[in-house]
Amino acid sequence: MTTDNTAAHGAAPKDTPTEGDRPVVELRGAGKSYGNIRALHGVDLAVHPSKVTCVLGDNGAGKSTLIKIISGLHQHTEGEFLVDGEPVRFATPREALGKGIATVYQDLATVPLMPVWRNFFLGSEMTKGPWPLRRLDIARMKRTADEELRNMGIVLDDLEQPIGTLSGGQRQCVAIARAVYFGARVLILDEPTAALGVKQSGVVLKYIAAARDRGLGVIFITHNPHHAYMVGDHFSVLRLGTLELSAARSEVTLEELTNHMAGGAELAALKHELSQVRGVDVEELPDAGDLAAPTAPAPAPASSEGKS
Amino acid sequence: MTQQAAPAVATPPAPGSRQTDGRTVRRPLALRLLARPEVGVFLGAVAVFVFFLVMAPPMRDGGSMANILYQSSTIGIMALPVALLMIGGEFDLSAGVAVIASALTASMLSYQLTMNIWVGVLVALTVSLAIGLFNGWMLVKTGLPSFLITLGTFLILQGVNLAVTKLVTGNVATDDVSDMDGFAQAKAIFASSFEVGGVTVKITVVWWLVFAALATWVLLRTKYGNWIFAVGGNKESARAVGVPVTFTKISLFMLVGFGAWFVGMHQLFSFNTVQSGEGVGQELIFIAAAVIGGCLLTGGSGSAIGPVFGAFMFGMVQQGIVYAGWNPDWFKAFLGVMLLGAVLINLWVHRTATRR
Repeated sequence: MTTDNTAAHGAAPKDTPTEGDRPVVELRGAGKSYGNIRALHGVDLAVHPSKVTCVLGDNGAGKSTLIKIISGLHQHTEGEFLVDGEPVRFATPREALGKGIATVYQDLATVPLMPVWRNFFLGSEMTKGPWPLRRLDIARMKRTADEELRNMGIVLDDLEQPIGTLSGGQRQCVAIARAVYFGARVLILDEPTAALGVKQSGVVLKYIAAARDRGLGVIFITHNPHHAYMVGDHFSVLRLGTLELSAARSEVTLEELTNHMAGGAELAALKHELSQVRGVDVEELPDAGDLAAPTAPAPAPASSEGKS
Repeated sequence: MTQQAAPAVATPPAPGSRQTDGRTVRRPLALRLLARPEVGVFLGAVAVFVFFLVMAPPMRDGGSMANILYQSSTIGIMALPVALLMIGGEFDLSAGVAVIASALTASMLSYQLTMNIWVGVLVALTVSLAIGLFNGWMLVKTGLPSFLITLGTFLILQGVNLAVTKLVTGNVATDDVSDMDGFAQAKAIFASSFEVGGVTVKITVVWWLVFAALATWVLLRTKYGNWIFAVGGNKESARAVGVPVTFTKISLFMLVGFGAWFVGMHQLFSFNTVQSGEGVGQELIFIAAAVIGGCLLTGGSGSAIGPVFGAFMFGMVQQGIVYAGWNPDWFKAFLGVMLLGAVLINLWVHRTATRR
């Protein structure tokens, strides 16, 4: 993956923005309280172009709150939220979209009964003609949608079919292609692989890499450290609303990441039991890795421990 | 890690490298046609039409056809915005009494203040749009189901219609407005008729078809139409991708208000007076016409052409029973059977046609 990564970056230098190292989106000590419940507290996060920032955490860790702040559905109640170095506070998702921050939600990505092309352009429809007769430019929209989907490697025979007839992974991919097309600079993916099979997850991860290679900053929310480690450049682990870990890829191994995910300290108490499990795991990994390692045998013990 | 990453990058090109994804088998044209929401009701309307042509010989006359079309148009003009609202995921139970409220406003205002009738007509339009705005605004602000909110509006309007009319005129009906300034002009627009080949056709039939064409165009060819489908299909997704959900919902309720105003004006100018207690139960007829017309009760699917045929079926049954010489008391029973039948046929056709 690492070699793949650098190769891709070299292949698409024109997409790299000139802003240098400044993050597109940055959170500084950001937090959010709902009444007296502190859902998120003191979170630092930086999203750079052409980098995948993974936000990991178990259910209830504050992942959703975090993306809702960045995508404009909620407002932060403490700390700072900067876009291009400017402090912002979005009132609606439309404002966030205006700044180039697009969110692909796990289950909210599409309107199932509408055709693929209508979904692709929903909210940003192409039109032609002067006002009283201004109408949808259907031919152009279909053509563009088809082109864009093919550019992302998605081939669909019939763009008229309701998007609900596509598989979960394909729907996510259409949503990602859509965000990329509409000039998103930051793409937020809310657990895109959560409900998917192994192969489907692989497809989605490929499109995450494709979006990154086109110069987007990607925030990849997941509770699967294996998926995160396959595409991530930076990892932030949330736990009970605070940052448990924030590390670049070079500073952390998959093992450590899984540990943090599963809940560091609590895990240490179970170290004895886990080391036995882990011992089996590590030996098995290379063999199983050829086939379906990402989800199949490896995460099973770790994630089940983390959730219990 | 490298081994783990490999499959994720290597597997996807397999489905992508082919030109087609191979998942969609091209279905026969007939099946694809049947899957369209308005085709089921079209076939139903043809069946009812043929049935009455056989059973009721007077219906074969051009004059009775014009009469049926007129009956259909008074339902159909309201069924259109109700259908759009339903595609947008909401109901309006106040639609029936809102028609009367609009007619009463125009009638009483211009009569009591002895002003040009157009003043009343325009104020009635404002009131109708305001009722729609209120319904939509309450819905968006509270997040309550539209069933509850418009049930409230329905009861309020029903009471206000009666009470205010009695208060102002001392009667349950309004006074005759036929001798007021501008009446002839307004009647020409809302309630006139014209001759086509010896058959008298009411102007509402023309308006009905014009509105239906307009609604179809808006629904399928404009941004706004796209938004209607989206807010009915999945409100949260629509909001997340930047569709102005609040605007769409409120404007749909106001569109129903506009329809109520138009039909209300038609009633006022064809009968000259308005009975304040009327309109109750009509809202369900509009909803039934929309549902028979293939609009999904839960929103997100439907057409504007479907409700045209739905309303046409209503008109045919209403008049057909009379022409067939049957007891008109059976009308509602017939309607109920027709509604259930149409819904079942729609369901069956849709399932057969969309099954892979």
